[in-house]
Amino acid sequence: MSFLSIRNLSAALKGRPEDRILRNVSLNVAAGEVRGLVGESGAGKSMIGKAILGTLPLSVEITGGQIILDGTDLLTLPPAQRRTRIGQICALIPQDPLTALNPSRRIGPQITNRLVDILHWSRADAEKRARDLLAEVHIPDPDRVMRSYPHELSGGMRQRILIASAFAAEPKLIVADEPTTALDVTVQKQILKLIAEMQARHGTAILFVTHDLGVVSKVCQSLSVLYAGKVLEDTTVRDFFAAPGHAYSRALLAATPKYTDPDGSLTPVPDAVIAATRAEVADADRMTHV
Amino acid sequence: MLDGRAQISRPWSPRLILSGAWLAFLVAAALLAPWIAPKDPLAQDLFLGRLPPFWVTGAEPGYYLGTDSLGRDVLSRILHGARLALTVALIAGSLTCIIGATLGLLAGFLRGWVDIAISRMIDIWMAFPPVLFSILLIAVLGPGLTSIIIAIVVIDWTRFARVIRAEAMAQGAMDYVASAQVAGRTRLSTMVTEILPNVLPTIVVLLTLEMGISIIVEAILSFVNLSISTDDPTWGGMIAEGRTSVHQAWWVLVFPLVTLFFTVLSFSQLGEGLKDRYDPVLR
Amino acid sequence: MQLLRTFLLRLATTAVTLFGVAVIVFFVIRVVPGNPIAMMLPPGATEADVAQLTALYGLDKSIPQQFLIWGAGVLQGDFGASITSRQPVLDLVLGRLPATLELSVMALVIAVALGGFMALTGTRLRGSKTEAAIDVGNGVALSVPDFLWGLVLILLFGVLVPVFHISGRVTPSLELPFSTNFYLFESVLRLRFDLWADIVGHMFMPALALAIPLAAIIGQLLKQSLKETMNLDYVTLARTKGYGENHVILSEALPNAILPTLTLVGVQFTFLIGGTVIIERLFSYEGLGNMAIDAVINRDLPLIQGIVILFAVIFTAVNLAVDLCYAALNPRLRHA
Repeated sequence: MSFLSIRNLSAALKGRPEDRILRNVSLNVAAGEVRGLVGESGAGKSMIGKAILGTLPLSVEITGGQIILDGTDLLTLPPAQRRTRIGQICALIPQDPLTALNPSRRIGPQITNRLVDILHWSRADAEKRARDLLAEVHIPDPDRVMRSYPHELSGGMRQRILIASAFAAEPKLIVADEPTTALDVTVQKQILKLIAEMQARHGTAILFVTHDLGVVSKVCQSLSVLYAGKVLEDTTVRDFFAAPGHAYSRALLAATPKYTDPDGSLTPVPDAVIAATRAEVADADRMTHV
Repeated sequence: MLDGRAQISRPWSPRLILSGAWLAFLVAAALLAPWIAPKDPLAQDLFLGRLPPFWVTGAEPGYYLGTDSLGRDVLSRILHGARLALTVALIAGSLTCIIGATLGLLAGFLRGWVDIAISRMIDIWMAFPPVLFSILLIAVLGPGLTSIIIAIVVIDWTRFARVIRAEAMAQGAMDYVASAQVAGRTRLSTMVTEILPNVLPTIVVLLTLEMGISIIVEAILSFVNLSISTDDPTWGGMIAEGRTSVHQAWWVLVFPLVTLFFTVLSFSQLGEGLKDRYDPVLR
Repeated sequence: MQLLRTFLLRLATTAVTLFGVAVIVFFVIRVVPGNPIAMMLPPGATEADVAQLTALYGLDKSIPQQFLIWGAGVLQGDFGASITSRQPVLDLVLGRLPATLELSVMALVIAVALGGFMALTGTRLRGSKTEAAIDVGNGVALSVPDFLWGLVLILLFGVLVPVFHISGRVTPSLELPFSTNFYLFESVLRLRFDLWADIVGHMFMPALALAIPLAAIIGQLLKQSLKETMNLDYVTLARTKGYGENHVILSEALPNAILPTLTLVGVQFTFLIGGTVIIERLFSYEGLGNMAIDAVINRDLPLIQGIVILFAVIFTAVNLAVDLCYAALNPRLRHA
């Protein structure tokens, strides 16, 4: 039984059901599994993460489907209960470490607040836990960092802190929303390695949202390819890189620069493939409306 | 999703229609006041003092909104008062706008010592309580329409100068201005052809606001009895009289106050509405 | 270090501003037509009487000379004597200052409470009809100045439903045990809540009239800034930690959204204090502004000078205080 199971999830702009953002999305994440969620920008991959965590923008509403987390359909829970449940068993590694820490608060409380306020740990326990985790993500002098304000730390440092904070409550599922996109290339590799390392140690399931297939090949075991809010392909990483099933996936893979071949020229996804994929999505829409 | 930006149509907003309609009505009333006012606004009749408006018992026919303590017709005085209010709004507003915006443009675009001098002046002006300053100026200049206009211009130019200075600075830092400079234009011509059109929407908004403010200043000065001669119908003067007899004859205060309220509100809403409609930058 | 230098620079420009104000007011009021000395003397006074009194007030000297004499006095804390009441200007002005300060501070408190409430409610219910209604209300409140709100309040709560006093600072028949002119403050210290209620009953409407436009500005600006902050990642992150919407708004977004509002409130607070002049007149409230208008009408030159300078000092002090607050609240500046 999957730990997270999304079934036929649909979402659209509020009041404009024809502007669909997610189209019958289904995907599963087993306990301890790392699943990549790939697609170009605007494909709706971040929206899936937001739908799970309950942080969709006000302009977007869920029009159908289920998000079953640890046996409970989140969408049937009353908002307050749902929020608490998310806070207890899920966590987010956000995209931009520069805006993801509250600028007017010290680092320490930003890591411990969930433990104290939501999980009712004692303050001393929470602080000890935060210190241990900062050491675990290779931050020198955790005590000093806990007393610092975000603007005193570098971007890579802040992303490490956010990773530590995500693992603090031993969540069962982490949504990593393009966690390396905002960082520069050298830092990217370290952070990726760190996430993989932490995942292995804690055995946490991760839904890894990214547009970068190179990243997927490094950290994920399985992946879902998204286009225009529709899942085109759901497969394992090994099968995908051996033989992508969908024409769009193949084009996407061809368009990805290889780490082994940094000077290799980029091939954009051909227009013909895009057109065919669009037609396919439109067809699927028509089917569901009949 | 389709590209929604190009398709956003901007209809006339209700506030633009309402405020425009009220001001148009007011302008018409002011222009036609000598013909449509039912009574002579200066005619006193102590036997007809404090008559209530027409729907209250005790009203006299012909005095629709009642009379003040001297028996003068409230409606006629409001209509004639509109002439003064709108004159002040138009002249004082435009003069303040021209002087303030010019100084602001010069300070913001030329920078250097011009900016330092004008900014210091603005600082000093901002340290004066404006109402007290205007009362002081009227005391110096003596009562009368010209004095009121001078007082408003002298005090309120900073409203324009401050905002336009900041905008001109922001615009001056942009690439298109630099390219105009490189093309060999003089600084002054760059200012007029490149900067001015871009700050014009702001100037228009400030101008409509300033017109409303001018009317208020005139009313305040009439209220402290420093505006025009006491007999002439002014909204502020009527309000001052209404305030003293508010317990005996509320209508003397209410009608000029309501007129003033909607006029000031309309000027500022007109400005905001125009900004939404014509600002080149979609907010 | 940086902070100290900015502070000293600000002090210097403040001094220049105050000097400018002093020069302008001094010269402007000396062009006033009407001889204040003649107004003081009973009818039938001789030319010699007028000349003697003119000399006594130093008005026979040239204007630059008068300025130097006055300026030297001011630097030693001597603002001269009022022509109408013949008392020292400083005593008169400081006697009235508490009334105006209490009124301004009360107005500020009302404005912050009202505006803050609007901003928080609007943010909490963003996208709803309530938010739209708050926006319209703020727009109207902002467009109409304090003078008109004062008149509207007089009609509503002084005449239509008479719940508040519309004139004076305190009911004249009451015995006042106060030793300072901070009536409101002292009534609390002396636990005289009967007097406190009477004073608040007098102050509330002028304070509310002053507060309405500022409340609208705070409401608008803080709401906008809160809504922008609510879209930042750290707020989203707090949501995923299990915090409710109220907690997220109040303890994550508010502390950061408040900073841009603060500077603006400072400038607007000086406008509010400037507004006390006409509001005090409107409500016959015995403060500095009311005294200033009387001084202008009576051509009491030394008193006018004193009051204008005091206002300018208050304005610049408020601006300075706001800048310091801003620096103190912003960790980026505090630890720089």
